[in-house]
Formats: sequence, structure tokens, C-alpha cells
Amino acid sequence: MNYETLSSFAQTWGLLYFVVLFSVAVVYALWPSKKSEFERAANLPLIDEEPINE
Amino acid sequence: MASSTIQKMGIDFSVLTVGLFVGVFTLLALLVAAWSPDPLFEIHGWISLLMGIVAIAAVCFWAAGLKRSKVFDPSAYEDTLIKWGVGVSMFWGVVGILVGFVIAMQLTFPNFLYFPEYGFLNFGRLRPLHTSAVIFAFGGNVLLATSFHVVQRTCRTRIAGGMWPWFVFWGYQAFIVLAATGYVMGVTAGREYAEPEWYVDLWLTIVWVAYLLVFLGTIWKRKEPHIYVANWFYLAFIVTIAMLHIVNNLAVPISPLSSQSVSLMSGVQDALTQWWYGHNAVGFFLTAGFLAIMYYYIPKRAERPVFSYRLSIVHFWALIFIYIWAGPHHLHYTALPQWAQTLGMTFSIMLWMPSWGGMINGLMTLSGAWDKLRTDPVIRMMVVSLAFYGMSTFEGPLMSVRAVNSLSHYTDWTIGHVHSGALGWVGFISFGALYCLAQWMWKRDRLYSAKLVEWHFWTATIGIVLYITSMWVSGIMEGLMWRAYNEFGFLEYTFVETVEAKHISYIIRSLGGLLYLVGALIMSFNVFMTAKGKTRKGEDDHVHAPTNDGLPAFAEATPAE
Repeated sequence: MNYETLSSFAQTWGLLYFVVLFSVAVVYALWPSKKSEFERAANLPLIDEEPINE
Repeated sequence: MASSTIQKMGIDFSVLTVGLFVGVFTLLALLVAAWSPDPLFEIHGWISLLMGIVAIAAVCFWAAGLKRSKVFDPSAYEDTLIKWGVGVSMFWGVVGILVGFVIAMQLTFPNFLYFPEYGFLNFGRLRPLHTSAVIFAFGGNVLLATSFHVVQRTCRTRIAGGMWPWFVFWGYQAFIVLAATGYVMGVTAGREYAEPEWYVDLWLTIVWVAYLLVFLGTIWKRKEPHIYVANWFYLAFIVTIAMLHIVNNLAVPISPLSSQSVSLMSGVQDALTQWWYGHNAVGFFLTAGFLAIMYYYIPKRAERPVFSYRLSIVHFWALIFIYIWAGPHHLHYTALPQWAQTLGMTFSIMLWMPSWGGMINGLMTLSGAWDKLRTDPVIRMMVVSLAFYGMSTFEGPLMSVRAVNSLSHYTDWTIGHVHSGALGWVGFISFGALYCLAQWMWKRDRLYSAKLVEWHFWTATIGIVLYITSMWVSGIMEGLMWRAYNEFGFLEYTFVETVEAKHISYIIRSLGGLLYLVGALIMSFNVFMTAKGKTRKGEDDHVHAPTNDGLPAFAEATPAE
């Protein structure tokens, strides 16, 4: 295993791996139907005075 | 079935299992104390035996009290544990900063507290004591306390595991005691930020797995469907630290009754493992964990929602996937293959993006509440911590560039960089969270004194500025002196000349550390008085309380120009 093999692996599959991971995270974060869930989540620290007990 | 029978008898199952673990620990400690031929290991055996006996007594008292009171009441949050966490964090914080001041003085005046007959006061013994005390004892306890606080609140349920969270807390203190006493006696594995020897490492592994299970158990039984972003950061911190700790400390003890061990790795593999661990201790202990604090305590204190929850998701995944690769930048110009050095450097530069994205998300959470910067010194402390975070995460990637590193490496610039992150970012966000917890956990309307928070803020800020500017000056100066050649191609300066030239910077650095220590002492007093329920006379309550229109009360009386 030399520098060329590793760098070509990193510059193709490594790049692809990170682009796919990043895309999945961005798509998940921007998914339209998640909007209300995330808006509620942004407020979670402000509505947690008591535990919820059934 | 067995557990339900035990519960009918009024004994909680978790108390039995914790008792069993503590019993085994005590028994092993007794064996070591009795049979180890290694005198230092024997001392650790006696210390552990003492801790084990105290723990068994505590478990028995607890079990006896179970029938009378609902100690594991599922309808309430576990807050007593967090109060302990606040107190212990303050204690270790002051100890760690004090030792830091002592070793800064020893670097400035080598005879300071130096007695050839007392090896435990030597710089070489005190330095790991300082780093471990501030990172693992102070920082670790802040992370334990805040994570137990945040995971209960954002999951809207009591912490899981009955007595197990208490095992995690006290087991972690036992780890600190064994690590710290080991350092001053000279028991060390010699791995930076991972100096504890094999048996202390094993104990920490048990405590850490219990921590992970308690945390996961709480998320598992959450009443809030969404897992809040702070919990993601805490979980990344817990899981990654477990992995780093185990791999970096792979070692074979010389014998089961010896305190010494030999690392499984050697040479450049060992160096890379060490710095893979070392840099991710920064990335996942000192960054991911404290970002979790940012994502909970800043919105909570500012009474504003997170600026962009979507950005927080991208922030999380980008940060954890990039950080893990950055370690090789510690090994520029070494036997490590150059492609690995370049890889570490490239990922360090990529880290600029998630770091600054996260910082902006934290800062912008104050949008609509900027006035609180003026009226609430606790908020100001946390916001300034983000400013230091932005600064040190800018400086870090810069220093990871090989050309810059050729100047900065092995100089005081690195020390200055570490402390702008540690004192500025980790210290200030922790102080902010501890002030919040002191007020909230003891259910006080306000802190004992906001004025003293101001005093803490300014002494500590001036201390940090003195510290990092003096280290920039001495670091760049010594870097330039080391590489200076004369007309004949010989080195211009001897090493001792560079040491002499740094003396004034070291005096300023010690002064900065002293100011930071004074700030921490002021804070300890303030937190103690808040816990006691006192308020300082002569301070207006309403100035620091938010009013309906979001303006501080005194602003209403100001005539318009």
C-alpha cells in the first residue's frame, strides 16, 4: 500500500462517502414535513419544568 | 421475576447490583493491599479499600431508607445528584486551576515549591495532575452533571437506572482520586492526557459503560418523542470517549499485582494512536460535550429557542464525522507518512465550517434578547465563551497547516492555543452552566450576587487575555529563535537563550493564571451562598429579571433624546 493507492482511494470513494453523508444530513434537516417537529424541538429547553407522568 | 420479588420486599434491584459491584471492587482492593509486592500499587489498594468500605456503608444506608422514602420517585426529576455534581465540579475546578498556577510559577521560577526530597511537588508529577484535574475532574464532572440535568429535562422523564447514576457519579470520583494520587506518587502510563495506569483505566471503562447505559436508558424511556440535539452531542461524546479510551489504553500489565503495564503498540503506530486519542479528547470531550451544554443552557437562560434547529442537525453530523480524522496534525515532520500528515491537516481545515456554523447558531440564539448581554452576566459569560470558541477553532486549523506548524510546534504558541480553548471556551461555558444550575437546582429566584459574577467575568477574562497574548509572544519568538541561522550556517541561539528570553512572558502568564484562579474562588463563594439561599444586600432584584417588554426595568425611565 503506497501513497498513490491511498490518495486515489481517498479522492474517489472517500470523497463520495463524505458527500453522501453530508447530503443525507442536509436533506434530513431540510425535509419539509419535518419543519413543525424541528420548530417544536427548538423550543424544548423552554418547556421542560416537570416530567411527563401518565 | 426475581426483580419483582425483590421489589415487593421494598429493595430496589439497582441498589443490589450496585452493591455487588462495589463489593467486588472492595474485595479486589483488599487482595491488592494484602499481596501486591509493588509498594505504590499497595497504597492504591488501601485507598481503594477505604473508598470501597465507605461506598458499601452508603449503599446499606440507602437500602435501609428505601422503604421509608421514595428515593427513586419516577414522577420527579433526580436533582440531588446534580447538586452534588455542581459542588464537586467547583471543588475540582479550583484544585486544577491552583495546580496550573503552581506549575506556571515553577516554569517561571524553577525553585518555586521545589524540594528535592519531595518528588510529588516536581513539575513532572504536577503537570499531569493539572491537565487531568481541569479536563477530566472539572470538565468531566461538569459534563456528568449537565448531561444528567439535560437528558432528564429534554426527555421529560426521571433518569434511568435507579442507583446506577449514583454509581457513575461516585465511581468517576474514585477514578479521579486513583488517577491523581497515582500521578503524585509517580504511577503513570506516560500517555499524554491518558496517564492513569491499567487498573485505573479498567475501572473507568466500567464506570463509563454504566454512564452510557444510564444515558441510553433515559433516552429509551423518554416521554418527549423528539431526541433533542444536546442529547445527540452528549451521546457522541460518551460513545466516542469509550472507544478512544479503550483503544489508546490497550496494554499488558507486567503482572496482576503490579501497577505497571506495557502498551500494545510501539513506534509511530503508538504515536498515531496517542494523538488520535489526544485530539479526539479535544474534539469529543472538550467540544462535543460542551456544545451540548451550549445547545441547552444558552436557549434556556436567554429564554429564546435555538436559532436554527436545522443548522444544529447539520452541525452535529458534520462535526462528528470530520473531527475523528484530525489527530495526525500533531505529528507533522515525524516518522508518520506524509500522506497521513496531510490527511490530518486537511480534515482540520475542513473543521472550520462546522465549528463556525455551530458558534453562529449559539450566538444567534440570542437574537431578540441581546439586551441580556448587558443585564445578565451569566449570559455574557456563555456568549464570550462562544467568542473564544470561534477564535480557538480559527487558530487551530491555521496551526495544523504544515508550514505554520513548522514555526508553532513545540513552542508556547500551542500552550496559548490550548488555553484560549480551555479557559475561554470550556471554562466559561462551564461556569455559565454551573451558575445556572446553582440557581435552578436549589430553586432560587436569583444568584447570591450578580455583581460577583461580574467580578468573576472580568478577572477571568483579563486573566485569559494575559495568558494567551504572553504565550503568542513567547511562542512565536522562541519558534523564530530556534530556526535562526547565522552567516556560517550554525544555529544563532542556544536553547537556554530562548528560555531566558521567555522569562517575562512566563511572569505575565502566571499573573493571568492567578487572575483566573481568583475568579474561580469568587465563583465558588457565590455558588455556595446561592445554595445556602442567601442574597447579597444592596443588589436590585428586578434589574436582572426580564420584564414584559423585554427591556430591563431601568430603561423605561430613560427619556427619549
